[in-house]
Amino acid sequence: MMLSDWTLWLEWLIKSLVVTFGLLTGFAYLTWYERRALARIQARIGPNRAGPQGLLQPIADAIKLIFKEELVPAKADKTLFFWAPVITMIPSLIIAAVIPWGPAIEMFGRVIRLSIADLNVGVLYLMSIASIAVYGIVLAGWSSNNKYAMLGGLRSSAQMISYELALGLSFATSIILANSMRMLDIVEAQRNLWFVVVQPVGAVIFWIATLAEVNRAPFDMPEAEQELTAGYHAEYSGMKFALFFMAEYQKMIVVSAILATLYFGGYLGPFVDRFPWLGPIYMIIKIVILLFVMIWVRATWPRIRYDRLMAFGWKILLPLSLAIAFITATGILLADLSGNPLYFWAIPVVSVLAGLFTVAVIYRELRRKAYGRV
Amino acid sequence: MTPNLILFLILALVAVATALGMLFSKNAVYSALFLVLNFVTVAVFYLLLGAPFIAMAQITVYAGAIMVLFLFVIMLLGAERLPDTHVLPWQKPLATVLTVILALESTYLLWTKARPSGAVLPPGAEVNTVDNLRAMAMTLFNDYLLPFEVTSVLLLVAMVGVIVLVRREKGQKS
Repeated sequence: MMLSDWTLWLEWLIKSLVVTFGLLTGFAYLTWYERRALARIQARIGPNRAGPQGLLQPIADAIKLIFKEELVPAKADKTLFFWAPVITMIPSLIIAAVIPWGPAIEMFGRVIRLSIADLNVGVLYLMSIASIAVYGIVLAGWSSNNKYAMLGGLRSSAQMISYELALGLSFATSIILANSMRMLDIVEAQRNLWFVVVQPVGAVIFWIATLAEVNRAPFDMPEAEQELTAGYHAEYSGMKFALFFMAEYQKMIVVSAILATLYFGGYLGPFVDRFPWLGPIYMIIKIVILLFVMIWVRATWPRIRYDRLMAFGWKILLPLSLAIAFITATGILLADLSGNPLYFWAIPVVSVLAGLFTVAVIYRELRRKAYGRV
Repeated sequence: MTPNLILFLILALVAVATALGMLFSKNAVYSALFLVLNFVTVAVFYLLLGAPFIAMAQITVYAGAIMVLFLFVIMLLGAERLPDTHVLPWQKPLATVLTVILALESTYLLWTKARPSGAVLPPGAEVNTVDNLRAMAMTLFNDYLLPFEVTSVLLLVAMVGVIVLVRREKGQKS
């Protein structure tokens, strides 16, 4: 790999542009899809005036947001107030760099890998970008010079930091199963069996932790205008607010892509070896299904109270994900040592038992709090 | 000049600039942010040296976890405005003298002692391969198991200590 190879530069440039524009378009149409799907679930109609089926609604929204007046609070820290939305936006874009979208394809007489970067520490890269993503939110809250915005910023970032632990441990579970940190290896290790079958509880923990990580329902404190005066973006308006909005929806897409890669076989599917271009299509189908589940959750569940959110993250999700990582590692070690695949199949059984036990504990605790008895 | 050298010079410039920015910022939040940038630059140095694991760990642990907590403390205490007057008037001249002595000393030692007599050894061949992580884990959990465990016990003790300190005493009102 030489730096002078200009075709390689061109390839990187094109791949980056495709992923970036794909995410931006995906964001626009995800807002449309969410509004339509929510409306359908709530027996409403939803936006259907701008264009056929309301398909031009995102463009109308974008024009409205661009021309809205932007307010800067009088005593705000102007520099950081300007940069906070940008700092929020960047991680949500660059985290997509290591996601493999398909097997290598041959085009113009060269082999092209369908991921921007093929790092051997891919999962760790995801982890480090996720930990950087907190800055935009905490700075937005602080620079607004508004105590509600600042409390909102601290609240959201404390939430993100707390759920990062469970997130990291469910990353570890899938690394243990694949025996590699490279995203491509993780996908290829699922050729015979998706990891969600081996470790269903790990996938669920990952899903819950990412919902908290991207501030989605039922953990969407910044959306709580009535009870908490919104969150870190209370003072933002116009295009700067739109950037926060954009970052949130892009993160939704990206975490769905990561979950699809780590637990649902990534780009794998029937005939993907014969027709490599099917890879991205399978990937997009999986992402859309996972996004629908996110919207479904938002339409179904009430928002969780903040102290319960923290208690859930630290007292339930963290121990459970530790137990899951331990069960997975032990099962694989025993299967390796004894050569008996029965130990490997003990992993899903014991994990589901642990998950059921956790649910039972939560149920008991909630009943005790509500009625004063079990 | 090789591309690596050009990259190194640019990165070195950024690293020194962010370090100076951290020192001379009038606002503690900006100081913390400069330090984050500095950590990220150091992480890119590690990448340049062919150690992606350390680079990512640097970003996750230092730039991600530790500095966010620093920012939390600064914001919660409202300590972002640094006082203009110095509490210790003799601190600055003393620091300058000591820095100059340290710089002279380390330059002298670098010129006289630290010059390798033979060719500089490149890092082990296993560092730049896919097995980078595996090789590191093998060393960490075999040769350095005891220091690793001692470190983790130390962190655990610190954590338990914090929990004990903030625990509400029995019968004490909130």
